[in-house]
Amino acid sequence: MTPLLSVSDLRVGFGRNPQANEVVRGVSFDLADGETLAIVGESGSGKSVTALSINRLIDFGGGRITGGAIKLKLADGSLFDLMTASEPQLTGIRGAEIGMIFQEPMTSLNPVLTIGRQIEESFQLHRGLTGRQATAAARDALDRVRIPDAARRLKYTPNQLSGGMLQRVMIAIALACNPRLLIADEPTTALDVTVQAQIMALLAELKRETGMSMIFITHDIGLVAGIADKVMVMQNGQAVEQGELNQILDNPQHPYTQHLLHAVPHFANGSATRSDGRRDKGASTEPALKVDGLVVRFPLKSSFFSRATGAVHAVDGVDFDLMPGETLAIVGESGSGKSTTARAVLGLVRSTRGSFSVGVRKASAEQSALPVQMVFQNPYASLNPRLSIESILAEPVIATGGRVKAETRARMVSLLERVGLPKNSLERYPHEFSGGQRQRLCIARALMLNPSVVVLDEAVSALDVSVQAKVLELLVDLQREFGLAYLFISHDMAVVERIAHRIAVIYAGQIVEIGDATSVLSKPKHSYTKKLIAAVPTIDRRHEHFELDTRQVPSLVRPQGFEPAPARWEQFGPDHRARAEA
Amino acid sequence: MNYLMRRLATFPLVLLGVSILVFVAIRMVPGDSITAMLGTEAGLLTPAQRDSLAAYFGIDQPWFVQYWRWIGGILHGNLGISVTYGRPVLDVILERFPLTLELAILSMIIALAVGMPAGIFAATHNEKLSDLGVRIVAMIGQSTPSFVLGLLIIYTLSAGFGVLPAMGEFAPLWQDPLRNLSQLILPAITLGFAFAASVTRISRSAMLDVLSDDYVRTARSKGASARSVIWRHALPNALIPVVTLSGIEFGYLLGGAVIVEQIYALPGLGRMVLDAIQQRDYALVQGSVLFIAFNFMIVNLLVDLAYVALDPRIRLGEQ
Repeated sequence: MTPLLSVSDLRVGFGRNPQANEVVRGVSFDLADGETLAIVGESGSGKSVTALSINRLIDFGGGRITGGAIKLKLADGSLFDLMTASEPQLTGIRGAEIGMIFQEPMTSLNPVLTIGRQIEESFQLHRGLTGRQATAAARDALDRVRIPDAARRLKYTPNQLSGGMLQRVMIAIALACNPRLLIADEPTTALDVTVQAQIMALLAELKRETGMSMIFITHDIGLVAGIADKVMVMQNGQAVEQGELNQILDNPQHPYTQHLLHAVPHFANGSATRSDGRRDKGASTEPALKVDGLVVRFPLKSSFFSRATGAVHAVDGVDFDLMPGETLAIVGESGSGKSTTARAVLGLVRSTRGSFSVGVRKASAEQSALPVQMVFQNPYASLNPRLSIESILAEPVIATGGRVKAETRARMVSLLERVGLPKNSLERYPHEFSGGQRQRLCIARALMLNPSVVVLDEAVSALDVSVQAKVLELLVDLQREFGLAYLFISHDMAVVERIAHRIAVIYAGQIVEIGDATSVLSKPKHSYTKKLIAAVPTIDRRHEHFELDTRQVPSLVRPQGFEPAPARWEQFGPDHRARAEA
Repeated sequence: MNYLMRRLATFPLVLLGVSILVFVAIRMVPGDSITAMLGTEAGLLTPAQRDSLAAYFGIDQPWFVQYWRWIGGILHGNLGISVTYGRPVLDVILERFPLTLELAILSMIIALAVGMPAGIFAATHNEKLSDLGVRIVAMIGQSTPSFVLGLLIIYTLSAGFGVLPAMGEFAPLWQDPLRNLSQLILPAITLGFAFAASVTRISRSAMLDVLSDDYVRTARSKGASARSVIWRHALPNALIPVVTLSGIEFGYLLGGAVIVEQIYALPGLGRMVLDAIQQRDYALVQGSVLFIAFNFMIVNLLVDLAYVALDPRIRLGEQ
């Protein structure tokens, strides 16, 4: 039987001389009807380029297919050659036979058109529907991806919908004309874990309903475990290993596959937490950071001249303390207030109420005036491209009124060496470094002032898994060496399990559960913590099916003067408490 | 609506600021209405004659009294009397304004009709020879002074084809549309050429930005044709910078185009203001600057409203 899609010896290059700049170098695979292939690899492995080559969108992205064959079996059984097809022929295939969804739902929909019109367009293009018929079809398409209140939502523009909703709209568009192949290019990477679980469940259900084939591109092997039949692992533009899912996951042959499987932080329900916590050893030092009743509100005004009519309660009464040498992870979904908490601690956001005190570490005499430093999520955006590394590292010193002296320079050199960067880095510029190296630079910059507390806001989220593992290792080493206290903001439970001593789960601006990492991850008490943990995709739970849950995060907008009811806490064990639920 | 009211409420404040600026600025120029009118003969006046002339022009009072009188007049809808024309300032301005407005509108139509398609064409043929050609022409258009282009057009038409631009008494549009258009088409082309060049450049770069956006890729993945991708998905997103530029240029043109008016002998606002400054016709200078500032504010407001219409993400007046 002929496969639905057959790709053989695909080669794709970029630039003026595509033969010399090949990004995909001889990839072959077959995909049968109703089958799901997962393409796994790190950034730059050529997995997305492979996907974009299948419907020839790569032509518009500066790439050129330099060799190989891509053949698609049409409904009547004839073979369609995607390599030699003309552009008009291809527009007839795209959307009708091959649907595609992308990584960033927020930017993948046209911001100036209503989602209704964007869905209708697919029906116009391939089914010839117009007017009321197209609208009705669009409404059905939204129903199909389980968007409640579809008729009203059709009139929304993308800025009025959340990321998870937009990704469903994208799926509705991609599946509008019942394509027999869906290409999903990292469709959940930009989404929260619980939303990711919903999208994955939706894709699995739709696949069962329609019997379509799917190519699923991801960097997260744990994620494909639940949905794929076959896996292809890519590295440097080549498929280093492909085969049945279970075979690849349980018995990987190629060293790179083994490395990937090893590097991906597997979530282990709290059994892989760190054991060097200070608290349980009864060490009674002063906390490095103590936050008491932190409240951050952003007033809402209906117009420029009028008074506030309400407020967004971004952070609503958060308390915690952080000992030297300890990592407190703050986990929660986007919009939960975890980043706002971090920013308030740094003074980047003005807190409405509450106090925090930063204990000066006694151990070192050269403690600077600014004991809290920060490392941001995106290493590409958080280094000024026009400054040399030397200027970047000098910046915190200058900003606190210091002068760059010989010692400062000596400190730069020793820190660079400590974070594992080459000695000649000082004269170089950020663009000469890879993502992982840049994040090391950001860490070195944060350490320039010898801080006692470092806030890491999703500091490893943007990195590839193998780089991520090394940066986490470095962070742990540095913590031991300098007795640093980390406030580690993350949405990734598996990463948190690797680095946290304690975990605070934050939901709708409030801590709902806090305690030592092992206890919180292995015996979660609050329903939200349970939901978060259940949503983490793991290889071990690959045969479980996720339930579709369309509940939304509650609105944080409150009327003027609103005060939340005081929290009632229930204690579970020596260092583990959760908010009592109504 | 609420926003519109608030925005209109700021107009008097801006106009007040402009009025003070222009009032002070024109009085910092050496000379006054009397010397401007009489030239060297002003030196022959007796002090008494000079005083009575000054009283006639109202320039015998301290500046703040003069300013107060002027502002008081404006509040009653009276911009003062032009010394050179001997008529109310508003009448003189309104007589000249239709020509300037028409010229500005014609130039903008030419600029958008030529510039946008050229910019879109260049963007979709990025880095090809045709793109380079469009960019070179646009560069020439932006850097050619209008008097060079204006004279070149007149010379080519008269020497090459024996056609002279329609000169003589200006015919308003509502009296003789054909004659009016034949008088204004060449000046409009002269002004529109540089304007079109700017529009070309900005729509090219805006289109290039937008064409690499994710939602354009999405549109292509749906099977949209090249034409639909450009016109339906990309262009609406690329219009904001074009509207911004066109608004600014249009606002400038509403202040008159001195050089082009001079070349084609047109009685527009630009030449009138220039003459008024030379004649120290304080009331006319002040009145027309206020008028031009008011027009600019209206244009800016329209541009902001256009943003809202173009992009649902933009909400005016929200914090």
